[in-house]
Amino acid sequence: MGSRILLSDFAYLAPTTLAEALQILAEKQAVKILAGGTDLLLRMKLGTISHVDYVMDIKHIKELNYACLCDEKQCGSTANGAFCIGPTATLNQIAKNGDLSRLFPAQREAILAMAATSVRNRGTMAGNICNASPVADSAIPAICYGAALTLQSRRGKRIVALEDFFRGPGETELEKDEMLVNIALPVPPADSGAAFIKKSRVKPDIAKISLGVFIERDGTLIKRCRIAMGSVAPLPLYVQKISEGLAGLEMNEQLIAKTAQMVKAALKPISDLRTNQEYRRAISSVLVEEGLRLAWRNAGGELK
Amino acid sequence: MSKHLIHLTVNGKEHELTVASNELLLNVLRDRLYLTGSKYGCGVGDCGACSILHGDESVLSCLVLAVEADGWDITTVEGLADGDQLNPVQQAFLDNSAVQCGFCVPGMVITSTALLRENDDPSEAEIKDYLRGNYCRCTGYVAMIKSVMDAAAKMRGE
Repeated sequence: MGSRILLSDFAYLAPTTLAEALQILAEKQAVKILAGGTDLLLRMKLGTISHVDYVMDIKHIKELNYACLCDEKQCGSTANGAFCIGPTATLNQIAKNGDLSRLFPAQREAILAMAATSVRNRGTMAGNICNASPVADSAIPAICYGAALTLQSRRGKRIVALEDFFRGPGETELEKDEMLVNIALPVPPADSGAAFIKKSRVKPDIAKISLGVFIERDGTLIKRCRIAMGSVAPLPLYVQKISEGLAGLEMNEQLIAKTAQMVKAALKPISDLRTNQEYRRAISSVLVEEGLRLAWRNAGGELK
Repeated sequence: MSKHLIHLTVNGKEHELTVASNELLLNVLRDRLYLTGSKYGCGVGDCGACSILHGDESVLSCLVLAVEADGWDITTVEGLADGDQLNPVQQAFLDNSAVQCGFCVPGMVITSTALLRENDDPSEAEIKDYLRGNYCRCTGYVAMIKSVMDAAAKMRGE
């Protein structure tokens, strides 16, 4: 671990246009994309990454660095538009954005819960997502907000819902020649709210378990709900059936308790170095209860 | 492996260097520019001992390739003082006896300086949160946090 020079022997490439980057991905083998490097370089140091021949730094591609509101339909944005995040936008760049803070407070909270400021000054949300850790903090609220990813290769572009992007630990929908070129968070409608809760030993730690909830409210009824959880499955988990089953129901404490028990019964977490499966299961229902209440209140709802 | 010509401005001085693709910025600062203030602690982004300033932002130099830093304006702990005049954070660390073994102190001072450039009136909670990625294994945090409060007050002219 202590090597001051990375042991792996790779060539460094720094394309200045997206077309050039996509050509490299299409033509060369064993290419790793370098954005912030806070995961990639440490995994190369620890030797937990497969053989790398080329490290392709995408920070010289100016057009990939943005975090702003956008109304272009091609991003997969909805009627209200979307907040779009480029692949080299750093976590602090995103979290310090006023529009993101105002429209997606749970996303901001999740980003600020990651590591520490010096890591967030380099690390990117795109990198956090592409590493596909089952505990990826930034992915949890983004799933709840309905994030859409644009994947691009020389063959073209496609849009994938974030919850469909993950296949397993470190495994994603990305083909060898593709890269993530945009993250779009659809602007939420009025009367909606979200919550993010992370349980860890101390703040900069990776979560033992995390939860995101998004609720769109129609008076005292739930119009739409999306629950996602981290570190309870081999991928950041969208709790789809249970979330969708809440649509049209009256929000109250009984529903909250029932939903929390359903989620707990559906989860099959594992034990690992951060905590054990018994704790994850036991605390999951508490998180779901807290998250549903918080998101409902943030949506302007009241609870009797 | 590939070789690259890079330009760095470190503590106001310009350097032109040829670096290997797998060289880390911390390695270049310490072993080639002999700026050994930045420390090699954990090497994996946990401890903050290698913190440097890239412009006004704190960055972990153990997780940056030297070639990535081409064109950067860097301040290491050696560049914080103006001649014999310590920067307010350094002076406050001295006044509060906030140094025990000293290994974490360059990173602590750098990260605290970044905080005060961003916010000249941080609360104790904000300081703790900002410094949460800088570990002191002597656990001397109390005097350090007080030092940052004192430095902030001094910078505000109080």
